[in-house]
Amino acid sequence: MALSGLDIYKLLPKTNCRECGFATCLAFAMQLAKKSISIEKCPYLSPESKVRLEASSLPPIRLITVGEGESKLQIGNETVLFRHEEKFHHPCGIGFILKDSLSDEELKKKVALINNFQLERVGQHLSVDLIALKQEKAKSRFIDALKIVLANTKLNLVLMSQDPVALKEALVLSSGRRPLVYKITKENLSSLLPVIKEFKVPVVAESNDISSLSELTQTLAKEGIEEIVVDTGLKPVAQKILDLTQVRSLSLKKSQRSLGYPFLTITSESDNYAQTEEAATYISKYAGIVLLNHFDPACVLSLLTLRQNIYTDPQKPLQIEPKLYPIGKTDKNSPLLVTTNFSLSYYTVLGEVEASKIPSYILSVDTEGMSVLTAWAAEKFNAEKITEAMKKFEVEASVSKKSIIIPGYLAVMSGDLQEQSGWEVIVGPKEAAGIPSFLKNIN
Amino acid sequence: MAIEAGSVSVVSVGATKTEGGTRAHKIEIGKKPQVAFEVWDTAPLDWPEEFDKVFAGSLKDPFSWAEKCVNEYKAKILCVKLQGAHPDFENKPPEACAKFISQLLKKVDVPLIISGCGDDAKDNLVLPLCCEAAKNERCLIGSAVQDNYKTLVAAVLADEHNIIAESPIDINIAKQLNILISDMGLPLERIVINPTIGSLGYGLEYAYSIMERARLAALAGDRTIASPFICFVGQETWRAKEARISSEEFPGWGSETERGLAWEFVTAVALLQAGADMLVMRHPKAIEMINKNMGTLR
Repeated sequence: MALSGLDIYKLLPKTNCRECGFATCLAFAMQLAKKSISIEKCPYLSPESKVRLEASSLPPIRLITVGEGESKLQIGNETVLFRHEEKFHHPCGIGFILKDSLSDEELKKKVALINNFQLERVGQHLSVDLIALKQEKAKSRFIDALKIVLANTKLNLVLMSQDPVALKEALVLSSGRRPLVYKITKENLSSLLPVIKEFKVPVVAESNDISSLSELTQTLAKEGIEEIVVDTGLKPVAQKILDLTQVRSLSLKKSQRSLGYPFLTITSESDNYAQTEEAATYISKYAGIVLLNHFDPACVLSLLTLRQNIYTDPQKPLQIEPKLYPIGKTDKNSPLLVTTNFSLSYYTVLGEVEASKIPSYILSVDTEGMSVLTAWAAEKFNAEKITEAMKKFEVEASVSKKSIIIPGYLAVMSGDLQEQSGWEVIVGPKEAAGIPSFLKNIN
Repeated sequence: MAIEAGSVSVVSVGATKTEGGTRAHKIEIGKKPQVAFEVWDTAPLDWPEEFDKVFAGSLKDPFSWAEKCVNEYKAKILCVKLQGAHPDFENKPPEACAKFISQLLKKVDVPLIISGCGDDAKDNLVLPLCCEAAKNERCLIGSAVQDNYKTLVAAVLADEHNIIAESPIDINIAKQLNILISDMGLPLERIVINPTIGSLGYGLEYAYSIMERARLAALAGDRTIASPFICFVGQETWRAKEARISSEEFPGWGSETERGLAWEFVTAVALLQAGADMLVMRHPKAIEMINKNMGTLR
């Protein structure tokens, strides 16, 4: 964690020489704490102090990149224990483990299934991030299986093998894909270290408890390996949550750099629903990567949605650009609905309007990302604001019927809106789910 | 139980024979998290067909529905929603609701959470009579809201129940309401907070963070927010689009029942991590799964 102004002050020469441009060393220290000035401005800093100050300005949890190109996965760089304190920065990677013991056909089928699992939700693209290939058979089968995976997906890869010869061949094959290697331990350190060094790929470091894990990452760091993801191996969920929490907390609150890496978890439950619950627990509590064994569309949908929720910036609700959106093949007689520019409100209304198959206009009013009722309470979504938006986006030019449909919960504003806009106001359903039948009836 | 600085209060629901009631056991909300089965006093109109199948048609008869939850699915506590009292529903008179509660108490011996229909004016007539009908049984009754709490607090005080204080995803209103209620003489140790959750994909993260903030404040010693949380998971998740649209309309994502189940238990899993103490849920399979999840967290 960053040092406080007073901590920094103790490391400065305390001569008040003013060469940094500040009247006192203390004033300079305060600016350093705010990270608004560089330590280079102090010409008299001792080498020891410099090392400490530089270390404190590094992010407490390293940013690790798996994969290359557009769909590469970046995890880590987290700064808080609770999302309301700031936000969670890098959504955890979600992936599936495939074994090389599967037949070619099964492997292709599963890769295709995972690969095709993509959807748009609230304006964001959701997909699985990783495929992990696990070696269970001889080297030649692992390599053949890898060829199939490489040829059939652009998803990021995890190579699950501790056989240095197989890994070396696999890394040659997957050059340019920057796979994550799983896993290096105290026991296989000497055999895997040369491979990791040669290919410069990120690696999972695993040790059963946190103190030995910290020793392992320090050993790796001395060897120049710092692209690390940590794991504490197979253990009960409660124990895993404790490890995840301790690693996050020690790296953030105690500046323990040897634990400042993202954390990989693998679900251990064999039942499909139980595995989903386990994964959901890890997504909520600090996992950098979650690998699962069974692929089930409904469960993956719920996990990707949970990740989207947890990693939403609490200070900035997802918003869309406020404007008049034509949905489908609209004409002058198409109905006009109004909602906020909060993504969830807009996309929920959009989904239902699309489902109704009745071409319509949706007027999205700038409510600074607030939802319908919140915006109403904050006077960001009232008769004045809606009338303003109607003028600004020239709805009159698009809709000739001069009637506007408002959310059912805001029936109370209909009189006001009618008066101010001069348009007929129709009170719509309270829940977006009622929109299709509502639109059919007014047509 | 007195609240110590830095701990969440424990609200005891259900009075056993030795405590003057007729319940088989009591449930302590605020210790380890638990699940209540949601049942209605009338047949729900808008629940997915799946529920008719899983409860084998008993949804039309609230008593056999409740008995099924207790006997077959081993429910330890029920949450009865008096939806039938709603003016837009069946508009049942308050006396009928009270009679329903006394009969239900004879049919099942688990502790009860009694939830009004949500229409403030009607609840003010219905809930006091239900409190009286359940006198000595120490139920959890809700919900008190910021601009309608006095009638319910008075009734809960008179008949020695506990109360649900509902606030609209707002930590300050939650605190304020707890203070208003305790000012009327109902101790903080008898309040359970309903933070008003959204389901997975529909605003879950708002309540999630409100609960984390409130719990951190409670653990730091703020008594006014140190109440356990009740989360109405079932009612939110089963109206989510993902739990409703058929696989013909949404191919490749599993059946609506699979999606609905995943939606219900994943929402519950996340809320547990945010500090939920009582989860009100609907589907027996989702409840079985969440019980299993809670087992792994111990």
